[in-house]
Formats: sequence, C-alpha cells, structure tokens
Amino acid sequence: MDNNQTFTLESLKRILREGAGADESVDFDGDILDADFEELGYESLAILETCGRIEREYGITLDDSVVSDVRTPRRMVEVVNEHLGQTAPA
Amino acid sequence: MSTVTRTGTPRAVVTGLGITAPNGLDTEAYWDAVRVGKSGIGRITRFDPSQYPARLAGEVPGFTASEHLPSRLMAQTDHMTRLALVATDWALADAGVVPADLPAYSMGVVTASSSGGFEFGQGELQKLWAEGSQYVSAYQSFAWFYAVNSGQISIRNGMKGPSGVVVSDQAGGLDALAQARRQIRKGTSLVVSGSVDASICPWGWVAQLAGGRLATGDDPDSAYVPFDAAAAGHVPGEGGAILIMEDEAAARERGATVYGHIAGYGSTFDPAPGSGRPPGLRKAIELALTDAGLDAADIDVVFADAAAVPELDRAEAEALNAVFGPRGVPVTAPKTMTGRLYSGAAPLDVATAFLAMREGLVPATVNVEPDPAHQLDLITGQPRVLPVRNALVLARGHGGFNSAAVASAL
Amino acid sequence: MNARREVITGPRRVVITGVGVTAPDGIGAKSFWSLLSEGRTATRGITFFDPSAFRSRVAAEIDFDPEAHGLSPQEIRRMDRAAQLAVVTTREAVADSGLDLTALDPYRTGVTIGSAVGATMGLDEEYRVVSDGGRLSHVDHTYAVPHLYNYLVPSSFAAEVAWAVGAEGAATVVSTGCTSGIDAVGQAVELIREGSADVMVAGATDAPISPITLACFDAIKATTPRNDDAEHASRPFDGTRNGFVLGEGSAVFVLEELESARRRGAHIYAEIAGYASRCNAFHMTGLRADGAEMAEAITVALAEARLNAESIDYVNAHGSGTKQNDRHETAALKKSLGDHAYRTPVSSIKSMVGHSLGAIGSIEIAASVLAMEHHVVPPTANLHTPDPECDLDYVPLTAREHRTDTVLTVGSGFGGFQSAMVLARPDRSES
Repeated sequence: MDNNQTFTLESLKRILREGAGADESVDFDGDILDADFEELGYESLAILETCGRIEREYGITLDDSVVSDVRTPRRMVEVVNEHLGQTAPA
Repeated sequence: MSTVTRTGTPRAVVTGLGITAPNGLDTEAYWDAVRVGKSGIGRITRFDPSQYPARLAGEVPGFTASEHLPSRLMAQTDHMTRLALVATDWALADAGVVPADLPAYSMGVVTASSSGGFEFGQGELQKLWAEGSQYVSAYQSFAWFYAVNSGQISIRNGMKGPSGVVVSDQAGGLDALAQARRQIRKGTSLVVSGSVDASICPWGWVAQLAGGRLATGDDPDSAYVPFDAAAAGHVPGEGGAILIMEDEAAARERGATVYGHIAGYGSTFDPAPGSGRPPGLRKAIELALTDAGLDAADIDVVFADAAAVPELDRAEAEALNAVFGPRGVPVTAPKTMTGRLYSGAAPLDVATAFLAMREGLVPATVNVEPDPAHQLDLITGQPRVLPVRNALVLARGHGGFNSAAVASAL
Repeated sequence: MNARREVITGPRRVVITGVGVTAPDGIGAKSFWSLLSEGRTATRGITFFDPSAFRSRVAAEIDFDPEAHGLSPQEIRRMDRAAQLAVVTTREAVADSGLDLTALDPYRTGVTIGSAVGATMGLDEEYRVVSDGGRLSHVDHTYAVPHLYNYLVPSSFAAEVAWAVGAEGAATVVSTGCTSGIDAVGQAVELIREGSADVMVAGATDAPISPITLACFDAIKATTPRNDDAEHASRPFDGTRNGFVLGEGSAVFVLEELESARRRGAHIYAEIAGYASRCNAFHMTGLRADGAEMAEAITVALAEARLNAESIDYVNAHGSGTKQNDRHETAALKKSLGDHAYRTPVSSIKSMVGHSLGAIGSIEIAASVLAMEHHVVPPTANLHTPDPECDLDYVPLTAREHRTDTVLTVGSGFGGFQSAMVLARPDRSES
C-alpha cells in the first residue's frame, strides 16, 4: 500500500457511485461534506457496501460502529484517514 | 355453456399489461412483432457462447435499464429485476393506476421466479472464489434470491398488501396468477402479478445445458420447433409479462379499461417416474375448465407449453386431444418467436391471449412443420383471424409441474 | 377470554395432523422438542468447511446422514442437501399423521415447500468446479453434474417431496425470503379452504451454510461475530445481541380438512386458524422501527381466526437476534396485542437452533404446536442482559409450564415480508 495514501471526498464520491449509485435528485458537485448520508440517498446498506469497498481498496478494517455512527462524508473521510495513518506500513 | 359467474366470488380482471419480450420491448412493439411472426431469437450477445453446444437465445432488445431506473437501484439489481421493475411501471401506466393514490394495504405483489437473479449470483460467486469472501457485495444478500422481484416491486410502488413468490419452473408463471387471483378473492383490490425471468449468463447457461433440453445449432429459424418431427429441444429466452389484476368491482369503480379476466386455473404434478400412472396435464386442463365453468367447446384457442422435446410434445398433444378431440381446437405457440422464458413464458402467453382477443387475431407458431402424428390444429405460417372469448394457456415445469389457466373476455 | 361458546361454521377448516422436523441437534420431532424444552443450544463453530476467512464463523449445523435416514445413493446424488432434509422430514410427517396417502385421490393431495435460498450449497460447490475456482468467467459445462438443473430451479424440492408421497395435485415452492416457512403453510391452507385440495404436505427447508451465504451476511454484518462463544452466540432480545446465527433444517406438516381428519380419528395437533402476510414496502433488508406492517399482519391473522389479542397464550417470535429485528418485532407485538403483549410469554427458538432462513418459519410452527401438545413454552436461551427496548416476557433460559391453547407465530424477511399465523384448538370457543 502507498504510504502516503490519502482518502479524499472525491475518493468517497467515486466509491459511493461505484458501489451504490447516486441519487439523481442530489447535487454531488455541491457542498455535501456535512450532509447526512440519508439526505444524500444512502441508507445503511449502501454505507455497508461502501465501507466494504473502502476496506478492500485501502487495506483497512473499519469498526462495526462506523456504519451506525458515521453520518456525514466529512466524518467518513476523517475516519478512513485515521485508519490509514494507523495502518500504513513503516 | 358460456360465461358462468360464480355468485359471491369476485372476478379477477386484468387491467394493465407490461411486456418485455425478445421480439418487442413494450406491449405495442411486442404485438406488432408477434402478429406478423417476427422472431427475437438469435445468437447470444450477452456473452460469447462459442464454447457451448447451444448458442441461441431470445434476448430482450434495446433495453437500457438506466434510462428507466434510478442509479441507486442499478447497483443492487440483477438484469431480470430491472426488466421486471420496468414492466411493472408500464403495466401500472397501462392500467391507469397511480399506486400512491391507493391505500397501501389494498395492493399486493405476487410474482414467479424460476432461478432468481442468476447473473448477479454468478458475479458474486466469482468474486468469492477468485478474490475472497470480503469481495462479495452487500447486495448479494437479496439481489439473486427468488423473492427479489416481489420485494423490489412492492418497495418501488409502496404496496403493502398480501404478497408472495412461487417457484415451479415454467409452470410458476400461471401459479403466480392463480395466487394473485386468490388474494383478490380474499379482498385485496389490486395485485401486481406475472413474471419476468432471465438467466442468460454463462453460469445460468451451463445449468440449463445440464437439464438436457436446449436446442443446439446456429440457425434461429430451425432451432426451436415444437410439435415438428424435427423437434430437438428449446431455445431459452428472457423477459415475460407483468399483469395488473384487480377486483372487478374496484376496477369498474375507477373506470378502468379491462382486457378480460382469469376465469379458470388448475394445477397438477406428474406421478413419480416409473409409477405407471398417466401424466397430469390433462387433469390440469380439466380442472381449469371446471373452475372457469366452461366446456371444452367454449375454448377458442390454446397457447401450448410447446416444450419441443419429442416425448413432452407427444404428452401435450395427447392431453389436448383427450380433452378437445383430434384437431378439436386451434393451438398456437407464439413462444417460437421468443424462446422459452421459464416463469416469464405463461404470463406473456396470457398477455398475448388478451391482445389476441382485442384484435380478433391469433399469432402463429413460426418455423414449425407440424408432425401429423400429433393431430393438432396448429396455427402455423400466418396468424389466424379468429374471434377469441376464452383462451387456454398451458405451462409445464421441469420435473412434472403442470398448470393451466383460462383467460376470458368479460 | 369470552366464555361464549359457538360452533364455528363456514369455509373448510384446516388442521395439522402430522409433524416432521429435522433441526440442528433435533432430528425428528421428539429430539427437537427435547432440545427446546431443555433449553439447550445447537450452535457451534462451523465444521462444514474452513470458515477462517469469514467474520462470522458460527452456525447451527445438523449432523445429518442421509443414507441412515433412508435416502438411496441416487436420491442423495441428485438432491441438494435442502431437498434431502425436506424428503426425510416429509416421511416423518406422513408417518406421524397415520394417513395412507396412496389410498387417496392423488390429484387431491398437493405440496407447498418454502425455501428462501434454494440449492445454495449445491450451487456454490458446482460453481467452484465449473469455474475452476473462480478462474473462468465462461464456466465450463463439461464439468457440470447432470443434476445441476435441479440446483438452478429450487422447484425441484417440491418435485422431490411430491414424488416421495405420491402427490399429484398442485405443487410449488414458495420463496418469500425468511417468511417462506410460514407462507408455504399459509398458501397450503388456502388451497384446502378453497377446495382445490383435501390434503397438503406443506413445510419448508433450507440448507444455506455455505461460503457464499456466509460471505453475503458478513457483508451486511447481519450474522454475529461472536466466534469465541459459539454455544451462546445466538442471543435474541438480549442487550448484547449482535446478529443472528445461520442455521439449517426442515419442518413439514400434513394438513387436512378438519372434518375428514375427525372422521378418521386422526390426532389433531392444531387448527391453522388465521394467517396473513404483508409487505413493509420500505427496504429489502431494513425495518421501520414501529413494526406497523408486522402488526397489521398479526391483526389480520387474529381477525381471520376470530380471536382477540387476549386469546394468545404464547407468541413464538421471529427473534433473529439482530439489533433491528428484535426491536421491530417487540414494537409490532405491542402495537397489535396491546397490553396483552406484556402478559403473554414470547420466545425465540433461534437462540437454540439458529436461523435457517426460509425453513425456520415452519420449524417455528412445529415448535408452536409442540408447545400446545405439552403445555410448555420453550425458552429464549442465552438471554441474560435486559435491553430496555425489548421489555416483554421472553421466557429467559428455561422452558415454562404454561397452559398453551392458542399460539401466534410471526416471521419477518428480506424483501420486506411480514407474516403471522395463529394456531388454535379446533374446539375452542371464539372470543
């Protein structure tokens, strides 16, 4: 894995689209960082699928609580980067 | 005897059709094709079939799911579910029904399935075995299973009434209509029923090949020829029909246009191999006629199961001749233009019967030179101008499932 | 309960006269009841294959030897495990009923078999072969077994059961996810009531303990990761519950019209007095917290049985042990039964036999009628820690002697299906 790998909002948007599609009524180019995933059209199953894809792509393991507790793209980006910091090989 | 209405039993009328067929993507395109004998069978394009002994199928043409369905649904649906959701949208529109305007518990969904979302399943099995269990999609928990179409249709349309899913191979298409009618008789106003099936993917193909009934060869015009001396298996297809069934009084109250009703149904299962007892198709036909309150002479046309396996063709011809007499009723198999659609086949035949009633024209069985030994009045070559009030539709499933239904004009 | 006594007349009534069960650590109805009444659990670390790559590695497996249970080598070869379980269980049910099916008009005997996931084990194994371990996307037909078509179409389960009993009436598989086991029996009841059949062999089967099933439930974290305590891993209604334990099994019943069952002096386990199924039209896997649609199904089933909520002596719960299910179900019971929900015992046998998907609804009907036989309510095993959101009487840990004449059993499944069935004594008074 790339030591300097970072996870951005763009990465999240790409993975959401690939794994769960995108609600046509939502402007994903707008300011969605603090929007609730539910408002963006993603329910828990979509978040589970998204977390699974992030885990595989970035080689990390997210806690079960991420699905219920992480409600916004901003927090998801933070949580994933925290894991990347912890797990990046020396 | 003509139409006997059982007092106290509400009739289940059909008010909307949604068709996705290999020779036509919506009802009008399908009818335009089927009435002039245009087939949708060709070499498989969904995957490269070169390595397999069977290479022909009936694929639904020109279907771009993303033009009809939201992106959020695309990730979690198999091809057959997408077809079913779109067919349902069209059927509801045809019926003039806006589900949001009706009480949620007054609407149910009863579909059939033969093998679920097999293509989706293949993709996830491949991820499991090639990459590892953590690569399997969250949507695998339901996208492939047999109940998925009823569930997704109910969610998309806000239908909370009695619902169900039956699985009896090709016969299931009629069993679903019968279960829908049962729910209407018990008091549900509207039931979305019928079936759309598809498993044209390598994994589904290999499983179908194992059944030993697929036609080999590369000529679309000679591969699937039921009741022909050259019959040597069938060509599978994808698609089917969704029907909006309603309680007659409820349909009349809202001023719906009615195609007709499901007047009769009967179902049997063949005896175990070697038992020496006769096959059950004849009995299923007799049950359906009795249920409809009709005599054999009241049936204007039969839509045959048309297995194109010599012994199964013979069994079907014998059942028809026993009930109707040799050449006693016009018989047709428009599925020679679509291939066998498994659980989607019989709902499409029922829909075709209603369209035939509307125009007074029965589509032909294409490419078939009937074996005279079957003694059938098979409509071949040209469609037949024929007033239709009562049509008998037959469907048989692998292992011995026999179902028969009567579609009647009001 | 209202004491008014009235002869129930009207449409044909349907009773259970034969019971067969093949469950984890409970092959045969007797052994199954021993497990339940003793409150033992049959969950364990998975032995069918190496589960080390999976998040959830516990299951309720059956130590099942099909040959010892009378299946021939050819039958074993052509049938998926789920079909094998169904046929063996069917034979027990028919023998238990004392009915000589061969003496009846075969067209008047039908079959409905519930299954959520069909021949999952057979398909998983065969896929691995024809794809050469997932390497070939164009899988190789020359390696396919001849009975692969039977795995493709789970209708083969109904065919096997029909052949096993000589039934030639309507036959079908009912596949409504995890309510299949209730809905298959409910559909059979409708066939007898309307006069399409006199006898129905109805039940359900599933054998889903295979890598693909584990993987898909891992992906949605629906199954428990409590791998270090497999014996106590299934914890319905407990505050520490964190997912269900996958199981397998079958239960099959002989259903008859009441009067003909009485005429032949059959032992009548129960009347299937009411049944209803509704959809939540909300989400393929998610449940609204208020349980409104399950409550509606319960209310309609009670109305069909012409019984009121107070008549229910025992609720056999779906109780899968996921956070959302047990909360949803508790809400549905309160909504439909009112205060009586707090007074009636409610328990989940999934704490002991796991969740066998489409089969469990029928296995729970079997548990319900056996509770009526013995006037004993099976417990919810492993329930130590209360959950404030689940505040009913869940019969923790040990079975309870309890007058049980009327039982409500419920199910909830992917696809949004919610089903309820009321079992009662045919000679009951109406409420």
